[in-house]
Amino acid sequence: MQEGRVLPPEQINKDLLNSIMSTPKWYWPAVGICSLIVLIAATIVGYMINKGLGITGLNRPVMWGFFITNFVFWIGISHAGVMLSAILRLAKAEWRRPASRAAEVLTIFSLMTAMTMPIIHTGRPWRSLYWFFPYDFARGIFPNIRSPLVWDPSAILTYLTSSVLFVFIALIPDFAILRDNTTGLRKKIYTALSMGWQGNARQWKLQIVAGILLSALILPVFVSVHSIVSWDFGMAVSVKAWHSTVFAPYFVVGAVHSGVSAVIFVLILLRQAYGWQDYIRREHVEALCRLLIVVSTGWFYYFCMEIIFGIYGREADEVAIRTLQFTLYPWNWIMIIFIVTTYFLPILLWSRKVWRRNLLIVSIACISVNIGMWLERYILFVPGQINKQLFTFTWANYTPTIFEGIIVLGTFALVTLLLLLFSKVMPLIPLYDIKEGDILKTEVQIGRRTVPATFRED
Amino acid sequence: MVIKIEHKWGMVVDLDKCTGCNGCVVACQAENNLPINTKDLFMQKRAFEWIRIERYWEGEFPNVKARYLPVMCQHCGNAPCEPVCPVYATYHNDQGLNVQVYNRCVGTRYCINNCTYQVRFFNFWEPTWPERLQNQLNPDVTVRTRGITEKCTFCVQRIRRAEITVERRERTKLNDKTMAARNFMPACVQACPTNALMFGDQNNQEDKIHGYFEELHNHEGHSDSRGYRILEEIGTDPSVIYLKKVDQFKMEHSESHG
Ligand code: SF4
Ligand code: SF4
Repeated sequence: MQEGRVLPPEQINKDLLNSIMSTPKWYWPAVGICSLIVLIAATIVGYMINKGLGITGLNRPVMWGFFITNFVFWIGISHAGVMLSAILRLAKAEWRRPASRAAEVLTIFSLMTAMTMPIIHTGRPWRSLYWFFPYDFARGIFPNIRSPLVWDPSAILTYLTSSVLFVFIALIPDFAILRDNTTGLRKKIYTALSMGWQGNARQWKLQIVAGILLSALILPVFVSVHSIVSWDFGMAVSVKAWHSTVFAPYFVVGAVHSGVSAVIFVLILLRQAYGWQDYIRREHVEALCRLLIVVSTGWFYYFCMEIIFGIYGREADEVAIRTLQFTLYPWNWIMIIFIVTTYFLPILLWSRKVWRRNLLIVSIACISVNIGMWLERYILFVPGQINKQLFTFTWANYTPTIFEGIIVLGTFALVTLLLLLFSKVMPLIPLYDIKEGDILKTEVQIGRRTVPATFRED
Repeated sequence: MVIKIEHKWGMVVDLDKCTGCNGCVVACQAENNLPINTKDLFMQKRAFEWIRIERYWEGEFPNVKARYLPVMCQHCGNAPCEPVCPVYATYHNDQGLNVQVYNRCVGTRYCINNCTYQVRFFNFWEPTWPERLQNQLNPDVTVRTRGITEKCTFCVQRIRRAEITVERRERTKLNDKTMAARNFMPACVQACPTNALMFGDQNNQEDKIHGYFEELHNHEGHSDSRGYRILEEIGTDPSVIYLKKVDQFKMEHSESHG
């Protein structure tokens, strides 16, 4: 049984399109600030490309630092979309409806942002062309398919393509509504985008079939993307802390953990910003939090396993890495903060129903998870490089510079900016999906019993 | 007729002879157009030493011994750095060399992470030389630019020149004696004052190093020779053999010190 009022369709249209039809006061300042940060970060990237990677804190043993950490973090965030829309759609969870679009859009934008990171990381972006696209005719050499770095772009680009398709198909009915509600140039654009949507039975059927098909097809991609990203590390025989077989499931679960948290936070922001109290309801937030309790506990299990697998063999260099991670400054502090913010604090905050329904507490928990998950990647990747092997001669520390920090900050601003711009042109909550939910919710009295007014065919 | 020999180059490092003089480091620096290692570069931990002398101390003062371990690219037969490069910038050639193609390198630095021996170097800055050193650059070796990974090549430019002059022009077999006589040995080998470094063809019966490799491969595990390869247990199959140091004077285990 669902809470909330059943609103008339006109009201839903009006409410959910207000992000497009009107501009709140804070909108342009927010866009301005985000653009400014993105611009500063882009300038620094340009400076770095011009000067060389020397301006970062990377040094000889530590070749992958903030950029790769950030890359994996954003790939992780991108896992929320499929989790929420595809898996829950197939599982017919009613409470997914308002969250699905925001989650998918966040997926696309975080994927796009993540893809910039390796390119920035190489320091000479124009060269990456013949890494990503097998076009190198001049040399007659195709990318090395044995390298996890070639699996990466193929997995990510597949994921990106399917996510874009997924969002687009879900957007078509909403484009049609926008087409009917706008004038001038915007109408023309929305007319083109809605691809002749009339809303007749055949079109609905096709749209639903396409949605379900894509959900099912996207699932293996969803699992494979982060598994493949984790193999970047798992396949490295020479870095002790990386060379682990548990990374793939560990990373996938961690990605869902941080991604869904991010989506909840975005939803809460949307609810406050656009007054969508009737659509993003506390019950939705609560349901998502309950899902997260399970996910984060699963994640914690893998975290413990990873440690146990590491020290079980009692190899000297493995033990040295774990000692570094757990006992030596500053890693011990990062470790403590990371474990507390990723697991114990959020679990505590989600443990009671009242707290799960308190938006402020939930926001704190969700931000905390994401801080923790960022640190998790950092503490997984960097210590392994700091003392890479038994020979102690080349050990060295890694101190990120301010430039790396700003570029990382810039990626956060970039995702925010893209979300803001998106909310201006396309509805962030699927209108038809909400209406469908409302229809399914309607009940009729037959004799003495109350039964749902509609049944789904399947 | 061109004489074709299937070379497989290799090196033997006799730790008993190594005095830690760093001559090889300087020779390599000069031969291979390495940027000048300034104090800055060292402080940033970004110095270039294609061959480095690792120095470890054994015992406690005053009863100490310095141990030296020259480490260059081991030209692993089963190199972990190769499969991870997305663009084949590093690959194995048919002479057992692990080669780096500077033009192809995109700078992911995955190979550096995956090199077990920490011998790959990344050009974080555009390499520069002082004005008076501009003319000493070796014309046979590419000057690298920023954003590129580089490492010891077993002085492939010298090997190529040796092949051209000895094998192709003079039509005689290339072995370690002809190479040494004509200055075609790798720069570090040539420079080593104590002959701690030996270079040659693993496949050539007459080469000095052949015996060491033979021994290692034949009595794997229970050889009584001094030969071993570093971090061999990872399965990299390196082409460099180290000969154990023979301690003539055992360390005194002094409980009384200090
Ligand atoms: S020593 Fe390092 S760089 Fe050389 S072949 Fe082996 S893994 Fe590659
Ligand atoms: S073989 Fe040549 S490139 Fe390699 S360490 Fe010696 S001098 Fe340097």
